[in-house]
Amino acid sequence: MSFLSIDNLTGGYGQMTILNGVNLTLDKGEIGVIVGPNGAGKSTLLKAMFGLVNVTGGSITIEGEDITRLPPDKFASRRIAFVPQEYNIFPTLTVNENLEMGAYSRRDDCSAVMEHIYDIFPPLKDKRHQNAGELSGGQRQMVAVGRALMIEPRLLLLDEPTAGLSPMFMSEIFDRVIAVNRTGVTIVMVEQNAKQALAIASTGFVLASGSNAFTDTGKNLLANPEVAKSFLGG
Amino acid sequence: MAEFVFFLNKAVLSGLIIGSIYALGAIGLTLVFGILRFAHIAHGDVMTVGAFFTLILAGILSSMGFVSPVPLVLVTLIPAMALTAAFSIGLDRIFYKPLRDSGAKPIIIVMASIGVMLMLQGLVRIFAGTGTRNMFFDQPKDIYRIPFFGSSRDLVLTEPQTVLIVFTFAAMIALHLFLTRSRLGKAMRAVSDNADLARITGINIDHVVKATWIIGGGLACAAGGLLSMDVFLKPDLSFNLLLPIFAATIVGGIGQPYGAIAGGFLVGFSETLAIFNWSVLLRPVAHLLPFDLPASIALVPTEYKLTVPFVILIIVLVYRPTGIFKGRVL
Ligand SMILES: Nc1ncnc2c1ncn2[C@@H]1O[C@H](COP(=O)(O)OP(=O)(O)O)[C@@H](O)[C@H]1O
Ligand SMILES: [Mg+2]
Repeated sequence: MSFLSIDNLTGGYGQMTILNGVNLTLDKGEIGVIVGPNGAGKSTLLKAMFGLVNVTGGSITIEGEDITRLPPDKFASRRIAFVPQEYNIFPTLTVNENLEMGAYSRRDDCSAVMEHIYDIFPPLKDKRHQNAGELSGGQRQMVAVGRALMIEPRLLLLDEPTAGLSPMFMSEIFDRVIAVNRTGVTIVMVEQNAKQALAIASTGFVLASGSNAFTDTGKNLLANPEVAKSFLGG
Repeated sequence: MAEFVFFLNKAVLSGLIIGSIYALGAIGLTLVFGILRFAHIAHGDVMTVGAFFTLILAGILSSMGFVSPVPLVLVTLIPAMALTAAFSIGLDRIFYKPLRDSGAKPIIIVMASIGVMLMLQGLVRIFAGTGTRNMFFDQPKDIYRIPFFGSSRDLVLTEPQTVLIVFTFAAMIALHLFLTRSRLGKAMRAVSDNADLARITGINIDHVVKATWIIGGGLACAAGGLLSMDVFLKPDLSFNLLLPIFAATIVGGIGQPYGAIAGGFLVGFSETLAIFNWSVLLRPVAHLLPFDLPASIALVPTEYKLTVPFVILIIVLVYRPTGIFKGRVL
């Protein structure tokens, strides 16, 4: 049985349907990458997985547990973390406090986890006591991902972690995502930079108009001329 | 010298006193706004209710023959704060939470809080009548006279005023430590920063909301209780408080607790300085002045004191629309 399984999911905002039967399965330890044109419903899919969208049909299970329509505040305790596309940090809290808040659902001592996160994102080390809102875009993304890592997630959902970053920061974030994945975290990532993202994907999902257009290994999708023509800009 | 002490009493100490009241009220208002995103119009009446709780508890103790070296109302202030905190959580549970849960827009909840304000004013009158009450029963209210460098006048502070000033500073330090050191306090700031992210991070919003009402309600009770000890307890205590407290909240930056404190003192001092009779300070040098010194030179007649917060509000909103501490835009 797969680690994550989304079966024929439909839903949207209020009466408006955005997702028209999405399927997605992923094994433990994999990186799943979701690509597709703007407005395809990629963010909506991640939000639907995290209980933030009105789901009208289908199901989501993680390691056998049905989490369809689980309220968003019940995910942290199940070690499932989500980094939204925007507004993903607490700007007037310090970097350190952002990480502490990430661990709010845990009651144990997680100072070792925090030090580990500073090791993954060394630029944050000197900025511990600075307000997160004052950091550069790339560093803010690191805070956002770091905050999510504080629960030592089984599953990490990342919505466009490289949006608006310069190419240098972009590769850095991709490197970090791989590093996090190597520690055993299953990752579902939505990306605009499809080529780079699919290159690190175990499985890639091309989403168009709220349903699956293509599903294959990252490598195969990159090699597929049809995908390249319609979705990867030639 | 005596004139200067008069100035210290009438302008500085009075400003400190009324500023403390405004700051204590504004902290609650700004926290509620930061966490729950609505202007709690009934906050002034929570102050009145808190003052009545203080009085009722003191009355009960007194009728039980309880004697204490300090006035009973000072003894009962702390339990009354706890009672008012619980009362505020109750108000939220009964009136505001159901609206929030059903997804009502903030303006609807503001309207509901106007309803709660009218209801509380009615309830207070039903149970306590419309009369004015002395919080001290027949107990003496201590007045401290502090000699000031051999001046013929003393600095004058009453017992509740002294308690108020000390309490306000202690409360501010405690609030600062709570917000910056404790897990729940940091969570409050996180919710105020980004409530949606706080929720998906797994922060217990329910605890944060409760903490907000506990702090807001407790401080409102302290402000209402100590103000009515200083003067008298009237059912319309909130009438002259609500507007300056809103002004203080907005001037300080909506949602900013430190802003609320700064705004409270700014409005308080502005009021006392505006109604201060500057003629008194000029009297010793009257013979040097090229004109006859009028008996009274005040910027604003005392009866029009309530206009002062509004003038400050307008000035701040024109030159710094988000308030001193960069709060949210309404
Ligand atoms: N909160 C919302 N309320 C209503 N419609 C929304 C909301 N968020 C997104 N949409 C709509 O849903 C569609 C899919 O958006 P989204 O999932 O953000 O696309 P993507 O992330 O693939 O670019 C778009 O048409 C968008 O306008
Ligand atoms: Mg998106």
